[in-house]
Amino acid sequence: MHIDILFFASLRELVGQSGVALESSERLTAGQAWTESVGNIPMPGNTLIAVNQAYVKPSQILQEGDEVAFFPPVTGG
Amino acid sequence: MKIEIIDKEFVPWQELADYTQQQQQQQQQQQQQQWQTAAGAAATFVGTMRDCNEGNAVKSMVLEHYPAMTQSAIEEIEKEARARWPLSDTKIIHRFGRLEPGAQIMMVATAARHRGDAFAAAEFLMDYLKSRAPFWKKEITDMGESWVDSKASDEAALDRWRR
Repeated sequence: MHIDILFFASLRELVGQSGVALESSERLTAGQAWTESVGNIPMPGNTLIAVNQAYVKPSQILQEGDEVAFFPPVTGG
Repeated sequence: MKIEIIDKEFVPWQELADYTQQQQQQQQQQQQQQWQTAAGAAATFVGTMRDCNEGNAVKSMVLEHYPAMTQSAIEEIEKEARARWPLSDTKIIHRFGRLEPGAQIMMVATAARHRGDAFAAAEFLMDYLKSRAPFWKKEITDMGESWVDSKASDEAALDRWRR
């Protein structure tokens, strides 16, 4: 299963990359995709997750081709 | 309805004047006279970059966003506002990229038949933009660069709209 992972703002700096293409033979939740892509860096507790540009919970099951984005609480406006 | 995510400076009042003119031209072409008189109220909020934050002088700011999501996230918020209040029209502009103090960060404008709806919808749009639209501010000061922390008060501001 192919999943595109993106990191934004402080999380991009935390993990040291803006994104990664993930190949997984198992079904993953959005939360598990974090560990699969960054290893043992803990996910900050206030992390927001979007799958295909819509907010989801970490328990969201991922589908082939999904785009998963991890980012800190937003500070626009 | 118009949503713009832009990386250059803008003058809110000019944007409103241009938009109003475009709308009027369109209505004249379509021979619709009704809209102009139906909206008796317009509310506009403009957010401007300050030159200090929590006591530190801010030299400039970089606004990062998630390009693939920003537009759709704001569209969702706008749609929700329209479901709650009878709005004639809305216009939202949000900057990204590098900004200098005094620059406009964003504007929200709403038009409705009555002022209560226009004011409430503008506040609603602002509150949700601040907590849901994927933008992140990084400030550049003499001390270096740092990401702006989100405020608990911004998330708390959403409570009044929950139903």
